[in-house]
Amino acid sequence: MKKKVAEKVEKKSLKGQDNKKNGDVLKNRFLRWLDGEFDAAADIMETDETPYSNREEIKKSMAEIRQDLKKDDRTGRLEAAEKKHYYRIYNVVAVISAILLIGTLLFVISFLPRFGRENPESTEVVRRYVEKGMEETGAVNIVAGMILDYRAFDTLGESHVLFTALICVMILLRLDTKNQRRQFEDYYRTTSMHFHDISNEAIMRNVGMVLIPCIFLFGVYVLLNGQNGPGGGFSGGAVMGGGLIIFSSAFGFDTADRFFTAKLSAWITFAALAFYSFAKGYVFFTGANGLDNHIPKGTPGAILSGGMILPLDIAVGLVVACTMYGFYSLFRRGNIGGA
Amino acid sequence: MDFIVNFPLFTIVLSLFSGVLCMMLSGKNARRYTIVYECILIVLVSCVLWYTYTTGAAFTYVMGEFPAPWGNEIRAGVLEASIALLFLIVMLCSVLAGTHFLIDDIDESKLNLYFTLINLMTAALMAMTWTNDIFTGYVFLEILTLTSCGILIVREIGRTTLAAVRYMILNLMGSGLFLLGTVLLYDITGNLLMVPMQARIAELSQNPQNMMIITMSVGILTIGLSIKSGLFPFHYWMPDTYGWATPASGSILSSLVSKCYIFLLIKIYYRVVGIEVFEKMPIRYILLVLGMCGIVFGSVSAIRAGNINRMVAFSSAAQIGYIYMGIGIGGTAGYTAAIFHIMAHAVTKSQLFLTTPRLSEVSDRSLKFKNLRGSGIRDKNAGFFFLIASMSMIGIPIFAGFASKLLFGMAAAENGNSVLIAAVMLVLAASSVLNALYFIRTLLRIYDVSPSDLRVRHTRRPAYNAPMLILTGANLALGLASWFFAGLIGQGLSMFM
Repeated sequence: MKKKVAEKVEKKSLKGQDNKKNGDVLKNRFLRWLDGEFDAAADIMETDETPYSNREEIKKSMAEIRQDLKKDDRTGRLEAAEKKHYYRIYNVVAVISAILLIGTLLFVISFLPRFGRENPESTEVVRRYVEKGMEETGAVNIVAGMILDYRAFDTLGESHVLFTALICVMILLRLDTKNQRRQFEDYYRTTSMHFHDISNEAIMRNVGMVLIPCIFLFGVYVLLNGQNGPGGGFSGGAVMGGGLIIFSSAFGFDTADRFFTAKLSAWITFAALAFYSFAKGYVFFTGANGLDNHIPKGTPGAILSGGMILPLDIAVGLVVACTMYGFYSLFRRGNIGGA
Repeated sequence: MDFIVNFPLFTIVLSLFSGVLCMMLSGKNARRYTIVYECILIVLVSCVLWYTYTTGAAFTYVMGEFPAPWGNEIRAGVLEASIALLFLIVMLCSVLAGTHFLIDDIDESKLNLYFTLINLMTAALMAMTWTNDIFTGYVFLEILTLTSCGILIVREIGRTTLAAVRYMILNLMGSGLFLLGTVLLYDITGNLLMVPMQARIAELSQNPQNMMIITMSVGILTIGLSIKSGLFPFHYWMPDTYGWATPASGSILSSLVSKCYIFLLIKIYYRVVGIEVFEKMPIRYILLVLGMCGIVFGSVSAIRAGNINRMVAFSSAAQIGYIYMGIGIGGTAGYTAAIFHIMAHAVTKSQLFLTTPRLSEVSDRSLKFKNLRGSGIRDKNAGFFFLIASMSMIGIPIFAGFASKLLFGMAAAENGNSVLIAAVMLVLAASSVLNALYFIRTLLRIYDVSPSDLRVRHTRRPAYNAPMLILTGANLALGLASWFFAGLIGQGLSMFM
């Protein structure tokens, strides 16, 4: 009896699934096609699912190539001779072309207009920045007004350059199944502990206790005063990132991981850059279509002034701080933290 | 003002956002998202192309509340829109057809980072196509440089790391020279926006001393971009970079990244230097000679290569030579031919780089010619697409390769200089013979029917045929309706003025 009931229940649930699935067949098929799973000819033909690149096979083929080279001694000798010849020419050509480039550049520079010389046609753009910059952007610091308001599109790209660099470093250094370092991780840990790890030493800890709050305070100050004086997102973020690095080397990665995990870092970067893109996209959109963007400029000199400059500076600063610490952490141990 | 003029802005800002978003998604969802997003972008850019084509005029778009010389600006014309559309289509096809290789080549935890890079690269390609400001071009050129190294190292085998180091060094040298040229031009003109720069340069070029400075700065800038795109003496990074990258990356690097640099260069010649001023400079003759050398030496290296991926990569060097030869021939006809060849080569080369890994897959994963015997029969689809792409490369009529060779010949004939006509015709003939030599050799090898102990296999490559058919269709369209595309490019070039 029990068996029959179970069968019935199974059949019922299967039927229910079928009914549900019928509507989603096309969608599922499309999604599977996107994923590269759907295969129309799967039942008709023999399939082969061996992975395309296999480390061991590559190693084997490399060994074969090496053996081939050893066997063919003549080509080896020829190659060596060619290389010797090649490097001699290479050095000479490299020196000559470097000298030529230096000469050309010095020659061209000697003809350029003198620095700071009054040249009405070519300083038109700069003059407007200096004369009207504060009035138009609401920022006392003209450089901040220039990079975050006049030429904000370039800075939008520039802040993503940093993000791209972080992604590339993550691809290279973050530990995964292909990075064979995981096997040696214990080895690294045991040997490097005694020689390189300076965390939890008395000097580092005590000096860190005093310095780290000051560094963070200074970073926040530089970050928030970008529109009023020297500073801004890039420099403030670099100071804060430096603070994080000192913290993790003074108190150890384990302590830093308690509040700064890979997930948190990713979320901060995501939120800051997404905010940046959409805020600037909004300003570009309204500006180009002649709409009012409803962003108050504020009185120049106050903390809350300069329109979008302050929030953008904060966003850039957060990204820079996360990136700096991320680089350090990836180079030291192969992940950002909390993994 | 129509709403469509906002679309170029959307393509850039949304791509940047998508890049950041893909970091947060899982690898699978990042792939789905990217593919759907690329389709949306294709629709947006098609709208821009349709809009500029029907209105018959390019439009500029102010980025922000400050007008042109103070703020940033982007610009869209027929040429920009069609190049952007081509880039997006090839990008989508490469990612789709290379999907399975990506899954095998890239660690699962890093797949989302790959699509982050792809989206950032799309943003950079779009921005470099739309830009009307030379410094914006530089900023996004940096992103393109970094992302192209990133999609190369993502395979994480020793060869790609080595290739990426070399590629990075040469690329950074190119970026540095480009920046130097930009700074020098900015110093003379006091502007970074293309239109006022051109006006100022036209004024300055009356004076021979100023003309010399301009020539030098443009020369430095040209060297920078030609290193990055792989013109003849700088083409030795190509085989390792293209050949060892994961197929989707190889296809994107060879058919989009290097082309984007050349497109930026053409844009600078037209919109910053001014084509009349540029035609007076000796640079174009140097480009002509180097382009011709590239065609011959690239083909010879391709014949000597013992590995199918290296052969295809070296033939890329020859094709880049063609494009620079078009710039060297000069005149509207020369530039039309060059840009047409950018399109034809992007479509063809991506197809080649996406078929060779499949051919090697059914030949015990060897790329050597001797092991590829009969691989076109074992994997019929890949063999067929390889056949089509190589016929286009050789220059058989009805394919894009033939049309572009015809356009180069016509451009040379229009130029009128008999030495130049003779040289171009000779190079075209020689290169066709050389191309035929190594492609027909390869075709004979892969369609060899002699018995082999390798069994016929059908590997799971579902989302492969559709994108390859799209590329084939684009190839045929370019070949059959070359007059239409040449007209489109001509119209776009006239909007560049």
